[in-house]
Amino acid sequence: MNEQQQSLQDIQQIKQMMERSSRFISLSGLSGIAAGICALAGAWFANNVIMENGGPSVYRAVVNRTIETETVQDFVGHRLFQIAIITFFAALLSSFLFTYLRSKKNKIPMWGYTSKRLLINVAVPMIAGGIYLFRQIQFGNYGLIAPGCLIFYGLGLVNASKYTLGEIRYLGYCQVLLGIINCWYVGYGIYFWATGFGLLHIIYGMVMWLRYEKNND
Amino acid sequence: MNLIENLNKIFDSRIRLGIMSALVVNTQLNFNELKELLNITDGNLASHLKTLEESTFIKVHKGFIGRKSNTTYSITRPGEKAFKTHLTALEKMIGTMK
Repeated sequence: MNEQQQSLQDIQQIKQMMERSSRFISLSGLSGIAAGICALAGAWFANNVIMENGGPSVYRAVVNRTIETETVQDFVGHRLFQIAIITFFAALLSSFLFTYLRSKKNKIPMWGYTSKRLLINVAVPMIAGGIYLFRQIQFGNYGLIAPGCLIFYGLGLVNASKYTLGEIRYLGYCQVLLGIINCWYVGYGIYFWATGFGLLHIIYGMVMWLRYEKNND
Repeated sequence: MNLIENLNKIFDSRIRLGIMSALVVNTQLNFNELKELLNITDGNLASHLKTLEESTFIKVHKGFIGRKSNTTYSITRPGEKAFKTHLTALEKMIGTMK
């Protein structure tokens, strides 16, 4: 092997180590697609519940507080809330699976310090947001819960983008933007959730898969 | 100009090159994190770290997390400079290909 080839390989090694040591690069595009499908399924079930209970106009009357019946217990015990929780865990589990498979393929530990750093940075805005939204529920501001989830989730992604493949930042921006628009369309949260958590995840996942995984893995 | 002269002997080893690359983009990494990155044995990593420390390219910080010892490593000014010079030399080597 001549010296130039060796230099080239050295530079490749440097580049790879810089990348591997600073970012969790095993996040799979398929995870995004899986999470998006879970979200769309969840939205479909939720929509059925809304239809059974008198349709969107009744639902909007509740979140706009023209009908005042709900307490925190009612809210948490409500079937829509339960669907949201189940959807969340299904999405988490399925996205975990694909990223686990990819990290195995890349021989990078799934539970390494780069993935821990990534998780902490997603979690900070999301936990703070979660507590804030919980207080909003206690005050009965149901209409702002759906947009709030989108906004804080988006901020979590933007914050985390420094610690994984950078494109996730744009997904974050889109979620924040959707959430903000949703603030002026209170009561239509389910459509914004289906778009943000469903459609955007699928689009993001497909772009990432085509860009990084289709040929390389 | 002799290009090979500018290539630092210390960076001949891919592992040492890897350690330096990781420390350039992370302010501090501990022993286990480096091990995880490089996928090598304790003894092997320790000996390479020793070489880098002796040439003052990296600094060792001995600390504790609870009762467990936690030794972290960071790059020094001379280390950063040597690494950059080495990179430039590598670049020039490749430049001669054309």
